Parts: sequence; structure tokens; C-alpha cells
Amino acid sequence: MFEKALEGSKRYWTWLIILAAISGIGTLYYLKQFQYGLGLTGLSRDVSWGLYIGQFTFLVGVAASAVMVVLPYYLHNYKVFGRITILGEFLAIPSVIMCMLFIFVDMGQPTRILNVLLHPTPRSVLFWDSVVLGGYLFLNLLVGWTVLHAEKKEIAPPKWIKPFIYLSIIWAPSIHTVTAFIYAGLPGRHFWLTAIMAARFLASAFSSGPALLIILAMIIRRYTKFDPGKEAIQALGKIVTYFMLTNVFFMGLELFTAFYSGIPGHQHPFKYLFTGLEGHGRLVPLMWTSAILAIFSLILLVNPSTRKNERALAVAAAAVFISLWLEKGFGLIIGGFVPNPFEKVFEYWPTAPETIITIGVWATGFLILTILYKIATTVKQEVGESAHH
Amino acid sequence: MKMNRRDFLKLTGTGTILGLAGLGLFERVTEEAIAAQFSKDVKALNARRWAMIVDLRKFKTEEDYKRIINACHSVHNVPDFGNPKDEIKWLWTDTYEHSFPGQEHEFMPEWLEKMSIPLLCNHCANPPCVRVCPVKATFKSPDGITQQDYHRCIGCRFCMAACPFGARSFNWRDPRPFIKKTNNEFPTRTKGVVEKCNFCTERLAKGLKPACVEESNGALIFGDLMDPDSEVRQVLRKEFTIRRKAELGTQPSVFYIIGGSENV
Repeated sequence: MFEKALEGSKRYWTWLIILAAISGIGTLYYLKQFQYGLGLTGLSRDVSWGLYIGQFTFLVGVAASAVMVVLPYYLHNYKVFGRITILGEFLAIPSVIMCMLFIFVDMGQPTRILNVLLHPTPRSVLFWDSVVLGGYLFLNLLVGWTVLHAEKKEIAPPKWIKPFIYLSIIWAPSIHTVTAFIYAGLPGRHFWLTAIMAARFLASAFSSGPALLIILAMIIRRYTKFDPGKEAIQALGKIVTYFMLTNVFFMGLELFTAFYSGIPGHQHPFKYLFTGLEGHGRLVPLMWTSAILAIFSLILLVNPSTRKNERALAVAAAAVFISLWLEKGFGLIIGGFVPNPFEKVFEYWPTAPETIITIGVWATGFLILTILYKIATTVKQEVGESAHH
Repeated sequence: MKMNRRDFLKLTGTGTILGLAGLGLFERVTEEAIAAQFSKDVKALNARRWAMIVDLRKFKTEEDYKRIINACHSVHNVPDFGNPKDEIKWLWTDTYEHSFPGQEHEFMPEWLEKMSIPLLCNHCANPPCVRVCPVKATFKSPDGITQQDYHRCIGCRFCMAACPFGARSFNWRDPRPFIKKTNNEFPTRTKGVVEKCNFCTERLAKGLKPACVEESNGALIFGDLMDPDSEVRQVLRKEFTIRRKAELGTQPSVFYIIGGSENV
């Protein structure tokens, strides 16, 4: 099936070359970081995780969201999603790979990374995170490839794949729950020490992931001969709506607890992010952009007339994605470190090399995504054509 | 030479057994040699849980703090980058407000507001840093010290996020050019690993008290928390002490005597 990725239009190859070039530039900057150390980034002893870990956290959510198309199709026989389950599964694969790359570029001693396997430590949440992420990558590769291959041969998928599909449905929430536990189990980090962290992670995952899928489905419809279907896109729109509402509701719960209880330590990170603290407020514009985009997207999503309008839905999906990227890919991590354990404000901002490495990882992810989607859409399109004859 | 299958098997079998026996013997001999090399010094100081009491009544001048910090940082090859972004510190000071957040109030005496408080790893009995480390690079030794293995650490910095005391530093770049005078008795670190106070485990092994304690003129009291007759236990029986963020349940092993009006 892989041969489908090796033949394509000029536009396809140009796009791949652009992504490969960006990925290459990122790699060069990574080599510089490898040589100099993580001091090349904006990180410090006060804010010791930043952009890289933020991207990792956000992308675990995007990966987990595949379950939002897989579950309705396989458990509820929701046929409309038959055309896009593969898009969900094939989005999960590069997302998990990006997660792994972001963890890798964040390591101080990347050559020792196999110590995680050499000295397995079940009491560490990071150990479990490597287990669930690796497992999820394997499940999506296996299920996605096997089902697509059967479709290409125009036969029913083999029976043995069913247990793996059901396992992947249970597995998806686990990857984001475990990722939330990285943060929610740490004493002394007020912003993260909240029981609804995993619930918030799932809500934001199940809105940002399907939002990206809406945009990708629209791009596919425009640039390939495969149409994921208007009804599938509308169904995704409803999923995004409900989970985005849940997401904003959960955020409100956090604000209530922090501010009605009046406990200063719980309020400080929110104040730092949204109003600035002790004269420092580098993230304030970003966080307000995130909040305004969230409200704006909900106005478009909740209102049926705009949600059913595909152009408005595309705008809403982009707003959801950007809003949650700012909130989770950036604010969530920094808010855990500012103020620091001494209740002092020491700020963080990513450096240029750090940003280029980050863009390089995203380009690598989109390179893999493009190749996988090229294979999937070509197979789907060919099967569709032969069915017509 | 012609050889039938039976002879071949016999010869190979005997050879294998001889080889394995030889290997086993060799291993035992080397193991013993290595063990002899690392056997405990008879002078070594032992404890079930090392602990420290910081008696702030005995810190009078700026010099009293500088002396202990320099002692620690020079003996442990702690680099000085001269900027807060790359900063590495094992022992340092901060105000009461920042050392004990939430305990401050607006009507505090001036001496308390201005007081510098020595801060270091608390060597918690229930350490979150040890719990989160995915490779056991940070671990508890039987004497209660929270240790750091610079050669196993992968630099993920989960321990830095987990420590509620900001006790851990990361080598954001090669520290060696920033060490004023290298002490060859203690390892320098490489970039990309986490480090922190080790309660001078290398000095305890030689029968010496921690460098800071030695330089403190009695302001730092060090001993075994599990020994009812130790000096730390005697002081704890007598004085009112507090610990940083005790409510988090990490069970710090560093206690503070803030003192009262005698500090005026």
C-alpha cells in the first residue's frame, strides 16, 4: 500500500519538500542544542519545562481524540464515520510520534533515554506514559493499516483485528489520563494539583482533536478526489461543540474553587496568566486571546445556523484549535511554574532556536501525516471508483 | 583429523564446563577485589536518617551565610554562571516570606522581614522527586539522604517539577568552565543532568560532618533523627522548630529555629 505515497502530483511533492526542509532546519538547530545544552532554550531552574513539554501535552490530546471517530463507528455502528475513522487513526500516529519527539528534544541527556527501559520504574508516571504512548502508536498503526488494507482488497477486515480495535478505544482515554497524572500528582504546584486535571485534559482533547479533523477533512475534500462527507463533518462539529462547552465549564470550576476559597496559592497562577503578577505579565495577551477565541468559537458552534454553515464551522474549528493550543500547549505548563515554589515570579519565554526546533517537530509530524493521508485517500478514492463501475 | 559426532560433543561439553567454571572463579575473585576496594571506612559516620537543624539565632552577619555557602559550593564544584537563568545552587538564602510562603504577615517585626534563611534540599522522608524519577537516578540511601546519580539521570526534569522546595538545579550548559577552582575529590557534572545538596554523603563516608555544618560555628546542627540521644534530637526536645511546607506530607529532615526577640 505504501506505493501510493510514492506517486503524486507536483503539488504533493512540493508540499513534502517544504515540510522536509523545515524539518531539516529544525534538526540542524536541534544539533546545536545537543551540543550546547538546553540552555539554548528559555528554560531556567524556575521554569524548567516550557514549549516542548507544552506541545507534548497538547498533542497527546490530539492523538487521543481519534477515539471520537473510532468509537461511534465501531461501538454504535455509526456508518457516517466509516469514511473518516482512518483519518482519525492516521492523525493519531503522527501525533504520538510528535509527542515522542518533543519528549526527546526536551531531554538533557538524550543518549541515555533507553534508561527508561533499562531501569523500568512503575512508581513514576513518566514510565507509564512511555508504556501507553508506545502502545497507542502500535494499536493505531496496526488497526489503521489492517482495516485500510482490507478495504483496498475490497474484503471485510480480518476478525482478529476486532479485539485490537476495542482495546484502542479503551486505550485512547488512558494516554491522556496518564499525561494529566504527570501534573496532577505533584505536591506544591497549585495550578496542577487539581482532581479534574484528567477530565479537563480529555475535554480539551476531544474538542481540539476533532476540530483539527474538521479542517483536515475540508482540506482533503478540496485537494483530493476523496470526499469524507458533509454529514461526517457536521457530526464532528457537534462533538467539538459539546466538548468545548465541557472544557469551558471545567475551566469555570477551577476559577470558582481558586477564587471563592480565597486561597492565595491557588489564585496566583490564574492571576499571573490573566492579569499579570507583581508587574510581570508576558502571557496575559496570549491567555486572553485563548479565552476570547473560546467564547467566539462557542458562539459559532452552539448556534445551529452557523454550525451548519461549513465556512463558519471551519472558522470555529480553527478558533477552538488555536484557543486550546494557547491554553494547553503554553499557559498550562508555564502556570505550573509561575510563581515558583518561593512564590516569586520568574518569567519564561521561548528563544528563537527553541521555536525553530518546535516548528521542525511539527513539520516532521505533518510530513508523516501527509504521507499517511495520501495513502488513505488514494485507496479510498480507488475503491470508491471501482464500486461505481 | 577425523572426529565422530560423539567425540565432538564430549570435547565441546567438557570445554564449556571448564570455561564456565573458570569464568565463575574469575568473577568471584574480581567481585571480592572490588568489594574490598569499596568497603566502608571504619571512621564513617552512620545514621538511619540524617537531619539538620538551622539555628537562625546564631547567624549574625552576612559573613556567617557566605562562609557556609562557599564551603558547600567549593567542595562540590558548583559552578557560578552569574545569571539567574543558568543558575545552579545547593545552598542559598532567601527571605522568611519566600522560604515559608503563607506564614508571613504584614505586621512582622523588621528583623524577621530582613532575615536571610539558609535553604537546601530537605532530604524528605517521603520525597516526591524520588517518586517521579523514571530511571531511579534520584533515590533514598539507607541513611535517609536523597541521592542523585549524575550518570543515570536522563535530564527529564520531572524531579524539578515535583520538588516543592525548589531545591534542584539543572545543568543547562557545560558547567566546567564556570567552576572557580575544581576540587578533584568530588566529581564535576556534565550538561543535561540535575543536581542538588547531597548532605555531604562523600564526607560522611570519611567520618567528616557536612562542609556547611563544619563552617557554621554551631549554627547548623547535624545528626541522626532516629537516635534519641543525638544532638538533633536533644535540640528538638528543647526548642520550637518549624519545617518548610510540612503540610505537603513530604516530611522534610531540615528543621528551623527562627528565634524571637533575641534576634533584634
